Amino acid sequence: MRNWFVILGMLFSVNVFAAMPQELLKQYEAQAKQESPTFSGFSAEKGASFFHAERMHSDGKKVSCSTCHTNDPRNQGKTRANKVIEAMAPSVNPQRFTDVAKVEKWFGRNCKDVLERTCTAQEKGDYIQYLLSVK
Amino acid sequence: MKKWMQFLVLIASISSTSALLASGGFSEGGDKQMPTVANAKWKAECSGCHMLYHPGLLPERSWNKMMFGLDKHFGENASLDAATRDEISRFLALNSADKQDNRRSNRLNQSIPASATPLRISETRYFTSKHDEVSATTFKRKSIGSAANCVACHQAAEKGDFSESQIRIPR
Repeated sequence: MRNWFVILGMLFSVNVFAAMPQELLKQYEAQAKQESPTFSGFSAEKGASFFHAERMHSDGKKVSCSTCHTNDPRNQGKTRANKVIEAMAPSVNPQRFTDVAKVEKWFGRNCKDVLERTCTAQEKGDYIQYLLSVK
Repeated sequence: MKKWMQFLVLIASISSTSALLASGGFSEGGDKQMPTVANAKWKAECSGCHMLYHPGLLPERSWNKMMFGLDKHFGENASLDAATRDEISRFLALNSADKQDNRRSNRLNQSIPASATPLRISETRYFTSKHDEVSATTFKRKSIGSAANCVACHQAAEKGDFSESQIRIPR
């Protein structure tokens, strides 16, 4: 009996929290269309250059996504406080882009840290598209 | 005295002595180590980027200042949604160094002037006096990173246990 509850609970939580990266992309697509009437889809190439592009932060240091995530999204990264960041590419870390709230939390923080602004839905979609393309 | 009575007295004195030793001898009140505390949100959110700091390591006013400046958290954006932030703030306040009765939290708290609200544990007088034999270059070792990475040397730091026996300084 108890086992059944556990299994039911697992099914329920999977349904509530799990989203496939493709569903996430659909949400960003809807947003991107609102942000720009000329939206023409997401691009893994644009996402790749976004991921690797270094910019000068106002604090005088060069930063990019790869500063913490390394140049290869299949690798583990490291935070400035010495903690491991699991790989970003879903091909090696299937947990990535399956939790909308988590994805939004980290885009919210890291876009401000790296770009000193929020990211557009276009950029978020390109970024995910790129990471999905890394096998 | 009969033999069995002598034996009983011996056992009683041994066990009371060991109990005294285990409790850290004649302390100025409270336990030696910080108590085990738990909050799922604190654990999940506050260990994403750095080691998990025990609430007993800073006074309430420091935690409050920290939690209401998360958008500029030591140079990084660590913003939380309001509900999560408030829950963690309450938990930190409830278990903060000035609300604890353990020796380490007491001493740490007493080393902070009432006029100060430190955000870095490593800037408290308690910390600097305890680490005066550790050089700046040791803290900068790749295996350590900085003085903020307690767990590099204090194996049980995330449980609030900073006892001498739990220290191993990596090369």
